[in-house]
Amino acid sequence: MIRALITVAVVLMTALPALAAVKIQEITSPGGIRAWLVEEHSLPFTALELRFEGGASLDAPGKRGATTLMTSTLEEGAGDLDSQGFAAAREALAADISFDVGDDAVSVSAQMLTENRDQVVALLKSALTEPRFDQDAIDRVRAQIDSLIRQDETDPGRISSRTLDRLAFGDHPYGTVRNGTLDSLAALTRDDLIAAKDAVLARDRVSVAAVGDITPEALGKLIDEVLGPLPAKGAPMPPHVTPDLTGGVTVVDFDSPQSVVNFGQPGITRDDPDFFAAYVLNHIIGGQGFSARLMDEVREKRGLTYGIGTFLMPLNLAETWQGTFSSANEKVAEAIGVVQDVWADVAANGVTEAELDAAKTYLTGSFPLRFDGNDRIAGILVGMMAEGLPASYVNDRNGYIEAVTLDDVKRVAQRLMTPGGLRFVVVGKPVGLQTTN
Amino acid sequence: MFLRILRPLVLAAVFASPAAAGEVTSFDLDNGLQVVVIEDHRAPVVVQMVWYRAGAADEKPGVSGVAHFLEHLMFKGTDTVPSGEFSKIVAANGGSDNAFTSWDFTAYFQRIASDRLELVMKMEADRMRHLKLSEDDWQTEREVVIEERNQRTDSDPGAIFGEQKQAAQYLNHPYGTPIIGWRQEMEKLTRQDALDWYKTYYAPNDAVLIVAGDVTPDEVKALAEKYYGPLAPTPGIGPRARPQEPVQRAERRLSYRDPRVAQPYLSRSYLAPERDPGDQKTAAALTILAAALGGSPQTSILAKRLQFDSKIALYTAADYDGLSYDDTTFSLVVVPAPGVGMAEAEKAMDGVLDDVAKNGIDAEQFARIKTQIRADNIYAEDSVMGLAKRYGEALTTGLTIKDVQDWPAVLDAVTVDEVRQAARDVLDKRHAVTGWMMPESAGDDTTELMQ
Repeated sequence: MIRALITVAVVLMTALPALAAVKIQEITSPGGIRAWLVEEHSLPFTALELRFEGGASLDAPGKRGATTLMTSTLEEGAGDLDSQGFAAAREALAADISFDVGDDAVSVSAQMLTENRDQVVALLKSALTEPRFDQDAIDRVRAQIDSLIRQDETDPGRISSRTLDRLAFGDHPYGTVRNGTLDSLAALTRDDLIAAKDAVLARDRVSVAAVGDITPEALGKLIDEVLGPLPAKGAPMPPHVTPDLTGGVTVVDFDSPQSVVNFGQPGITRDDPDFFAAYVLNHIIGGQGFSARLMDEVREKRGLTYGIGTFLMPLNLAETWQGTFSSANEKVAEAIGVVQDVWADVAANGVTEAELDAAKTYLTGSFPLRFDGNDRIAGILVGMMAEGLPASYVNDRNGYIEAVTLDDVKRVAQRLMTPGGLRFVVVGKPVGLQTTN
Repeated sequence: MFLRILRPLVLAAVFASPAAAGEVTSFDLDNGLQVVVIEDHRAPVVVQMVWYRAGAADEKPGVSGVAHFLEHLMFKGTDTVPSGEFSKIVAANGGSDNAFTSWDFTAYFQRIASDRLELVMKMEADRMRHLKLSEDDWQTEREVVIEERNQRTDSDPGAIFGEQKQAAQYLNHPYGTPIIGWRQEMEKLTRQDALDWYKTYYAPNDAVLIVAGDVTPDEVKALAEKYYGPLAPTPGIGPRARPQEPVQRAERRLSYRDPRVAQPYLSRSYLAPERDPGDQKTAAALTILAAALGGSPQTSILAKRLQFDSKIALYTAADYDGLSYDDTTFSLVVVPAPGVGMAEAEKAMDGVLDDVAKNGIDAEQFARIKTQIRADNIYAEDSVMGLAKRYGEALTTGLTIKDVQDWPAVLDAVTVDEVRQAARDVLDKRHAVTGWMMPESAGDDTTELMQ
């Protein structure tokens, strides 16, 4: 019965039109800035995404936290408008403008109505090119980040992921927290923020995507208006780094009924010929949904956790393969043993044809479902552009997944996975677990 | 920034409501199943949601958590779908699925390519009446939900505090019991408890089917009649009648200390009316009051007064969710700045609330909020899943389709005077529940709390 349903489904799958609705136009603004556009005129608004590579990893030596504080203060006043004036102007236009910072990029997301787009663009331009960085605004935002740093210090999930990062990357920016330390944050000055802004908000590293009620001509004009005044060149990127992760356990004592576990090992680059094989492999072991091996073994069969997942992290400057779960202190050692067994089993035996087929149908079938709204589509496109993928990737991507063979998966599993090769950071009061070298 | 502190207890309240563009059709099957179709043909994708008008607040005393436990068990098997296969079949067809439980509803959904709609409608209809639970299934799953409680609640001081505060808010109404359940009762849940719950409430006459996306009402009607039509209703499911709150005569206060708390904060809540069918005016005024008090990190009243002017607070927020079957809450959060005591922060907050109740809100701010509400209607059209959730939540908290469609106009018609009146009616200190969440190391605030 079920088998029949699945077979029918697989046949249908190949007949699916590949993203008929997403027609990407590659444009270059009169000023020479490239952008991707999907015109969608059925709703009177546009979603715009700008992504500046480098992110918090461009913090200058001794200035950890500068990019984060800078990004968080961009919306706190620009040009003639102070913090409240800027917010009131944005609210009166019913526009969303938000700024976000990550290890690899500073992102700007905006949603604007067609009826007042020019005014929103003027506000956005002002925030990016003439932010005020008033001292009282800096201090107010700094106090909020200070509080977040303190909150993270007693949050077991944060302690766990931070500890794994430190083990993997040491003094590299990836090894420390982008909010900075209480000391480094306290020492940041307005000049540091201006330097951090010029390091990252530059035209040589920006990717641009727009989806919505806007024409190519209007978008080209908008881009030049907003980005034209920015510096042509930003700061050089920090060096690529190899994660220093060895197999074993690192326990961090923390008083809680449950242990939080983050585990990891070296990963694979996005442009590696075996990347898609590794991507499919990860999905089979710890991908989304209830069908992954780890979810089945740790949750469904044994009830040791509420959820467990793994993910490849091909960042700009390093690659890891990580996973996370939480488990009662008395059960966490058993859960880690199950993860290690799965790792060893897959390293030795690979996966089954049925697992590979199920992973492929899921990954190819779920891909179009991501394109379900202007802002979501703009977010996907800007990420693709930043990774250097061609616009045709949207239509080619499922082919790369389909092309992965059982041998490919086996080869990449043998190459990447070793029994006992995972480092587990355990934050809690785990029973029967000690730190190993 | 700081959003980790304010945790919405159910799906977040939203201003907007679908405008005319997303065509909405509704019909009932003979067995009582209400069906809603929301069309959006931009992408070949569809969402199926089944919402049951039964949630944690409908549980009998002593079996708290059974609604959520059953939600987990619904992913086990039936005669035609083996145990654990439901989600695998959805995934193997490129779809994703999940479920969620609140006090007023339990809902299941799948997102999938629109040509697979029949498959998921067939499976969802099948498990509405034909769930099979083996011994292995239910016992392991009970361990899973206890781990979920460990992870969501017991490992998180903010969640423990929120649970205690909710219990203090509701003396008599079951909204005071956590959705996930009290631990000692979860540990004793049985297969029979789950099946009793299932047999009573999982029936077409207690459910709403919502299909949204690239689909027509005719297609949905044919499939719904084919798969859901033959299911038998449960006789005698009447309107929900839960124990109601008595008049609050004494202010309630609580404090929670936990060594894992790095940032103290205070939380205040008041019992408040919810959106009622045909009567959403007060809820609309309260929605705008919450936006005025805490909707913007820069221009809202609490931010201006406490973060910018007096610098007493690092962060402030206001929250009101009118989608609730019984009385809901209006709540506020203040995170004091370093060196500011809890009592001082609370006093400053009360000063602002008194002022708003007395003098109302600024006309310019009021106009900006109205503009944003109108724009949110346009932005909301961009998410078919969001629209489906909005209808599902409304229809399982006592509202009608007309109420959902009237809501933007009701919000738009609210006057400044009505917002001030709503503040006067609800923000009465005698009816307040106030909680302080603090680190273990006691400061002067201990004595302040005892005053």
